[in-house]
Amino acid sequence: MTKRVALLYGLMCLVLIVIGFLQSWNVAFGIFNLCLISAVMALGVNMQWGYAGLFNVGVMGFTALGGLTAVLVSMPPVGQAWSVAGGDIALSVLSLAGTIVAVIYARKVVPPVLKLPVTLVLMLAGYFVIGIFFGPATDAIESIDPALSGYLGGAGLPVVLAWPLAGLVAAGAGWLIGRIALGLRADYLAIATLGISEIIIAVIKYEEWLSRGVKNVTGIPRPVPYEVNLIESEWFINLANFFGAAELSDAASLFVKLCYAVLFVIVLAIIMWFAERALKSPWGRMMRAIRDNRDAAAAMGKDVKRRHLQTFVLGCAVCGIAGAMLTTLDGQLTPTSYIPLRYTFLIWVMVILGGSGNNWGAILGGFIIWFLWVEAEPFGNWFMATVTAPLGEDSGLADHLVSGAAYMRYLMMGAILLVVMRFAPKGLIPEQTGGSAASRSS
Amino acid sequence: MEILNALALFTNFVVVPATAYGAQLALGALGVTLIFGILRFANFAHGELMSFGTMITILVTWFLQNMGVSIAPFPTALLALPIGVLAAVSMALLMDRSVFRFYRKQRSNPIVFAIVSVGVMFLLAGIIRIVIGPADQSFADGERFIIGAFDSRRALGLDEGIAIKQSQVITVVVTAIVVAWLFWFLQKTRSGKAMRAYSDDEDLALLSGINPERVVMICWIIAAALATIAGTLYGLDKTYKPFIFLQILLPIFAATILGGIGQPIGAILGAFIVAFSEVVVTYAFKKFLAYLGPTDWAPDGLVQLLSTDYKFAVSFIILVAVLLIRPTGIIRGKVI
Repeated sequence: MTKRVALLYGLMCLVLIVIGFLQSWNVAFGIFNLCLISAVMALGVNMQWGYAGLFNVGVMGFTALGGLTAVLVSMPPVGQAWSVAGGDIALSVLSLAGTIVAVIYARKVVPPVLKLPVTLVLMLAGYFVIGIFFGPATDAIESIDPALSGYLGGAGLPVVLAWPLAGLVAAGAGWLIGRIALGLRADYLAIATLGISEIIIAVIKYEEWLSRGVKNVTGIPRPVPYEVNLIESEWFINLANFFGAAELSDAASLFVKLCYAVLFVIVLAIIMWFAERALKSPWGRMMRAIRDNRDAAAAMGKDVKRRHLQTFVLGCAVCGIAGAMLTTLDGQLTPTSYIPLRYTFLIWVMVILGGSGNNWGAILGGFIIWFLWVEAEPFGNWFMATVTAPLGEDSGLADHLVSGAAYMRYLMMGAILLVVMRFAPKGLIPEQTGGSAASRSS
Repeated sequence: MEILNALALFTNFVVVPATAYGAQLALGALGVTLIFGILRFANFAHGELMSFGTMITILVTWFLQNMGVSIAPFPTALLALPIGVLAAVSMALLMDRSVFRFYRKQRSNPIVFAIVSVGVMFLLAGIIRIVIGPADQSFADGERFIIGAFDSRRALGLDEGIAIKQSQVITVVVTAIVVAWLFWFLQKTRSGKAMRAYSDDEDLALLSGINPERVVMICWIIAAALATIAGTLYGLDKTYKPFIFLQILLPIFAATILGGIGQPIGAILGAFIVAFSEVVVTYAFKKFLAYLGPTDWAPDGLVQLLSTDYKFAVSFIILVAVLLIRPTGIIRGKVI
């Protein structure tokens, strides 16, 4: 078992090293960093699917929430926007709080028959009251220097602080959706999470006062040095000379990638440590017991719904952290880039390929799938060029096929998922279970 | 007069588009609900199946347009539709044979089916994007409007006209025919009865000698055909964009659950409720209210409950409301 793990991890490292020699070390570490982030996401999904058998199709939404948190924490505040619209924003928040209090109070006082209509009326009234303050406030904010800011900005804190915060925000969202959809049949959770993730993306895309929407937030402050500063500082030039770097700018960007890699490895190691501890503890055994036979677990006095909510929230939190890390690495938030095939279903392929229920498997799956996803493009181009070569130079069909080659990656992911599900449903590194009797019931 | 104007305005911007949209959703939701009822899983590949059938229809349409074949004033796509349906049906049957049948034999958990359908979704998405590319495609031809806004304004003698696009009328007519046929099929024919029996109680159906493979095959054929028709009508009415078919999955699922899983009538009802709520909630009532109130009285804002950017939120809110209030749906469907 451990031999297999070591062998597979060794192979993965070897492939990355080969890429380093063949293409360049910058490419290899670029892939490595995103592999690390993918591994964190896969760990999050594995907590939900592998530990508890929950089908969350809203990974994208929690990732995006993490990204938004990174912006709100790290960007400098736009003082002008706050001074113009701060009052209105405060009033909107007050009326929102007032509405919530009124609804809660009314639900306690009125007789059960009237509960639903009274709640609806109060919510509608509150919606319009908030609108009175909120509308002008957003207009004012968005009209301030729209080309450069046009939003409230963030808190101006170090971006690394956003990572744990992103976990908290995503956990909150996960708690809300879990409260509603868990405990019903499994497909409902899938569809409900699909919905919530679309809504989260819509909010980030269209609420310009909050996130600049489709205008993107760029230039998020980095937790690591900037290349331009590096190539001017003496110690770095000495360091580069020591290693015999040919090009100083290449060395600088490699150094930056290394710094990120160190940060990400630390985060991954911390999450992995907790995840492994949890899985090997009585709690982990209880979760697997609930997953494999929820009726029996319920009969033993386990609160199935509560436990499900617990792992669901934990998994969402980890996805949120990964989202914040991703935005930090990119240095920008581009709401339009969040599409479910890339941010939800791809993560699923990672978990299933690696081995559901096994944290080492999830990380390995994250590495392999991200690597294939990136390298599928050159491979697809080569493949299409070879296949269409007999068609001749100026064939329209050949051009068309070559231009679509990038989408070979979708075909590849579909094929991997189907093949794994069919021939090795336990994945590359199967889950370790206590005894022979503990095999998966599904 | 003012009231009539307000009504005309409302019809033009809410009733007509929502009816067409509801009909498109209904065809999609019928397929999802049949698969839910017979095969017992949420088919995430349904949107891409729609997209695939529509893509073939578009390719054939382009071919026909190049050949100079046309059935003006109707869109050429109607002529190409049977081939698209055939292609989608073949694809669905191929996927069932090569992918889903194995898990049926294993009696796998519904979740396993759903995950496998994600794999199929990836495959289809890849094929579609390689063949036709990720961009917008237009393939509508023929007459655009049956009744133009100007003509109707004159005919009714109102300030507001009601414009009806040809694609909207075709959508409603085709949907009505298809749905009528489907209900006749499910109620009157032997195969249809077998399907309903299988959906209600699998073991009892097997006991009475119903061939499960045949039922499943018919289910896929109907679902794929409906999906292609829905996708083509949606493309004619709006535009064909490959990525839209992942987004349209949410309102379709919402309609299915709202109507009650495995209930065809419920799916249609659910689809129209979702479509009308989406359009009503995102419609700006400013002008409508201005007609109803006294002269020179108009609200300041747009009086729009939700900006159009959030129309997907509507299906989600409906979904959540159903889950909280009545998880079985309007017409009591399956629930586990």
